[in-house]
Amino acid sequence: MTKEDIIKEENLVYKKPTLLNDKTMHYCPGCSHGVVHKLIAEVIEEMGLQDKAIGISPVGCAVFAYKYIDIDWQEAAHGRAPAMATAIKRLLPDRLVFTYQGDGDLAAIGTAETIHACNRGENIVVIFINNAIYGMTGGQMAPTTLEGMKTSTCPYGRDVTLNGYHLPITNLIAQLEGARYVTRQSVHTAAAVRNAKKAIRKAFENAMEPVKKGASFVEIVSTCNSGWKMSPEDANKWMTENMFKAYPIGDLKNN
Amino acid sequence: MAKFKGAVEVNKDRCKGCNLCVVACPLKVLELSKQVNAKGYRYAQMANEDACIGCASCGIVCPDGCISVYKVTLN
Repeated sequence: MTKEDIIKEENLVYKKPTLLNDKTMHYCPGCSHGVVHKLIAEVIEEMGLQDKAIGISPVGCAVFAYKYIDIDWQEAAHGRAPAMATAIKRLLPDRLVFTYQGDGDLAAIGTAETIHACNRGENIVVIFINNAIYGMTGGQMAPTTLEGMKTSTCPYGRDVTLNGYHLPITNLIAQLEGARYVTRQSVHTAAAVRNAKKAIRKAFENAMEPVKKGASFVEIVSTCNSGWKMSPEDANKWMTENMFKAYPIGDLKNN
Repeated sequence: MAKFKGAVEVNKDRCKGCNLCVVACPLKVLELSKQVNAKGYRYAQMANEDACIGCASCGIVCPDGCISVYKVTLN
């Protein structure tokens, strides 16, 4: 049986979700953002929420997320996505409202908005891409940068006496009464991608429940191979060896 | 003999040659091409067509959604 015999519509088992459009993404080759975009598009498509989903895109590499997934989007000021999501969800309670933020957006300039939106128990989903670096602006040190990790603003490694420690913001969120579902996932292997998809699905299902029970927070430990100055393959390896020690994968809270 | 036979179709123009699908494939079906696409990236292609079982690991890890996977069950 040749390749041409197999490549037929009836034999299709996997393809890009149609909600993810054909525009070529501006992300670097091997960037985790692409996989997470794909998962969000897949989950929204499977849940049939194309007309009900509203995403809030951040400032950072994912600032153009609205170009790639064909749902309603709103761009927020740097770090303010959870505040905007709060407003949208309160005005349109039947919609699926989610924010999509990086670590510079969510854990640095937007710490207050993130913590307070989760503490208020807003019925929103926060998707948090943690690559421990400011990817878009040239790989500067972020609050989530690991101790000893080299970035363009700490070329000799993060020094705890000068710069303090990495900020595990997901652990802080898990302490809050208002947070309902807090999980940390990754997308470096096919199995990890499947688990991340289940987590995103669960978070979206939580947010669509009519009774307000709390915020859902999904952290995806990601790579930034350009910022880390590694090949995509080496970046995944480095992530499993170093990032997972500081950011262990698994559910932190599931109510 | 494998019970399933698969085939992978790569959108050459969309592929950025990140090599993650090549690493993810458990049966070493894929490789990066010698030629480059319009953007100058070496794109993924099937090097060992007979080994593919259509597990879709390559498609699942692809950050750019370039890969479609097809699968047939053999009698």
